[in-house]
Amino acid sequence: MMQATTTPHTPAGDKRPMPSTPLRSRWRRAWHALALLLLTAALAAWPTARAATVTISCGANAAEIEHCMRHAEAWAKQSGHTVRNYSQPGSATAALAVYRQLFAAKSSDIDIIRVDVIWPGILKDHLIDLKPYSKGVEAEHFPAIVSNSTVGGRLVAMPWYTDTGLLYYRTDLLKKYQRLVPGTWAELAATAALVQAGERAAGQRDFQGFVFQAKSSESLTCNALEWIASFGGGRVLDERGEITINNPAAAKALATAASWIGTISSAGVLNYAEEDARGVFQNGQALFMRNWPYAWSLAESPDSPVRGMVGVAPLPMGSGDGARHAGTLGGWQLAVSRYSKAPAVAADLVLYMTSAAVQKSRAIGAGFNPTRPALYQDAQVAAANPFMASLLQTFEESVARPSGLSGLKYPALSLALTNTAHDVLAGKISAEAGVRKLEGQLKLVRRDAW
Amino acid sequence: MNNNRVRTAWLFLAPMLLLMAVVAVWPLLRSVWFGFTETNVNNMQASRFIGLENYFGPYGLFFNPNYADGFWQSDWGTAIRNTFQFAFVSVVLETLAGLGLALLLNQEFKGRTLVRTAVLVPWAIPTIVSAKMWAWLLHDQFGLVNQLLLDAGLISQKIAWTADASTAMWSVVAVDVWKTTPFMALLILAALQTLPRDCYEAAKVDGVHPLRVFWKVTLPLIRQPLLVACVFRLLDALRVFDLIYVLTSNDSSTISMSGLVMREMVDAGNVGFGSAASTSLFLIIMLTAVVFLRATRVKLAE
Repeated sequence: MMQATTTPHTPAGDKRPMPSTPLRSRWRRAWHALALLLLTAALAAWPTARAATVTISCGANAAEIEHCMRHAEAWAKQSGHTVRNYSQPGSATAALAVYRQLFAAKSSDIDIIRVDVIWPGILKDHLIDLKPYSKGVEAEHFPAIVSNSTVGGRLVAMPWYTDTGLLYYRTDLLKKYQRLVPGTWAELAATAALVQAGERAAGQRDFQGFVFQAKSSESLTCNALEWIASFGGGRVLDERGEITINNPAAAKALATAASWIGTISSAGVLNYAEEDARGVFQNGQALFMRNWPYAWSLAESPDSPVRGMVGVAPLPMGSGDGARHAGTLGGWQLAVSRYSKAPAVAADLVLYMTSAAVQKSRAIGAGFNPTRPALYQDAQVAAANPFMASLLQTFEESVARPSGLSGLKYPALSLALTNTAHDVLAGKISAEAGVRKLEGQLKLVRRDAW
Repeated sequence: MNNNRVRTAWLFLAPMLLLMAVVAVWPLLRSVWFGFTETNVNNMQASRFIGLENYFGPYGLFFNPNYADGFWQSDWGTAIRNTFQFAFVSVVLETLAGLGLALLLNQEFKGRTLVRTAVLVPWAIPTIVSAKMWAWLLHDQFGLVNQLLLDAGLISQKIAWTADASTAMWSVVAVDVWKTTPFMALLILAALQTLPRDCYEAAKVDGVHPLRVFWKVTLPLIRQPLLVACVFRLLDALRVFDLIYVLTSNDSSTISMSGLVMREMVDAGNVGFGSAASTSLFLIIMLTAVVFLRATRVKLAE
């Protein structure tokens, strides 16, 4: 066929076979057309080439994502860039695993990572230094969180909101049974038992005294650390990284928590994460709940059955030497991936999201605790979150997980702690045997050094 | 000519072999290799060769002096115990239930085709979906199972089926039996349909009791396919991961060998140790299969 079309153009007598000028000229014409097409396309795409698309990990539940995207979209409109949401897995353990795999593959799929307070040491190699972009604005945030986000002099994440473990209670039920907000775990257990018995007798057969997070996950690490610290049992490692978990106070703390299962908490708690506990509490089926501050605005939302009947207090303390109120320090920062294709644009969005205006709006609209001390004095913030001003002290006394000391080995440490705590709560081993076994496991995790 | 045919055959096989090498052999070898190194997911290039330390070192999987309460109480020992417990109980139950179902479906009755198809539904649902579905059915607060049992007066208070250490493994077994019995039934039914009719007609003429026919005729005749089906199920059950991961808290009362591998490799980021565990998992399953085949004298290739 090709021969047929080329024959008329081939000069007579030319013995050279096929590669004829007409064919080449046709190719050239095709090339010209293609080049023209590409040029047009490039010209058409010019404005969008400057306007980047940034993917931000906004959160793990619908309300979180909605609030975050509202601000992110506002930034997009202002800056002309496009923003996309990545919904992070609900479990922080699973989320960290996803990010670490993405980083191992040097993936540019997600530009802005939502970084848990325990992650900077684990992810530091894959996050950019934000100092060139922040221009010192980090000085307006809590110094403790900024130093937690600074690894080796590099600011790897900007503080976004802070968290601590809190005790939620039903004001109406405490009034009905004439009880005070418990200051110790013993008081909590006694009040919970009384109210649970009363409410069950009154027909609410599924009523639980106390719900918390005991599913084997990072949530249980936070809960367990609160119990242990509140009994003066330390925080798993001491300042030098020595393993201190095998002590009587820690065993007593775990034994106390185990005594709740089947009495003031159903065994189902053993499979509860934050949202499961909130579901039960918000449906009016529990007196006390341990949860993070995010649950406040949801419990107070218009369609909440317990709206107007919820109070927030510091978690109770234990007994013995060194007993104290202890909430685990949580909170999330925003960081830019080293593999992002538009790091400057992403950093701009991070600074926008962590700005005073956005943090204030998030505090009022969704109860996210600001990382800027100045906002705690703000009248509007205090009006929307009556507990936030008092939380300032609770936050300052929060117990940090031993993530800084254990670095890359923190996930394994946390898994060991979680599994032991779960075994003790489930009644599979005694608390004493649990902390002894945990000490052995942590030695396995540590090996020669953290 | 013959040589040419061989060459052609290799040519046709080449793309498949290449694909197998890329997607199966290479990752497998790499995983085995990682088992001899200390590697963290943070920087996969910075791995350090440590020989057999992940297996037998002071912090290894086996013979580890740091196990406070002996090997069988250690994480890896617990995972092995859980997996074998799950595999043994579920395969026995599935075989019995599958056999019963197959015998039933082998009978002539109206609507047999419809029933045969309907029986396959649990098997057709992806494990993740059925696990999630059962997680809701078995939920301690909102679950249908608890509600039905409460209404029937069989239990006095709601049971946390998937969370309680004493019921979690049994819930997993129950869901697995629900899901996999159709598979066993199908394989056994296929075997039943190949049986010669004359034996049964002779037995009928002689007036032999049906139970005796089953023990003396049916069972010996389907023994071989039945055991092959068991091997399949056993190997599958020893690899169990998704069902347990979705349905339970994945703690020490239910975690399987695969679950532990995932926990070490993905959650903790210890690629080296996790790979050593996954290699041992492979060896343990292979050993079990060999022992089972030897013990039952099943020949997979005739």
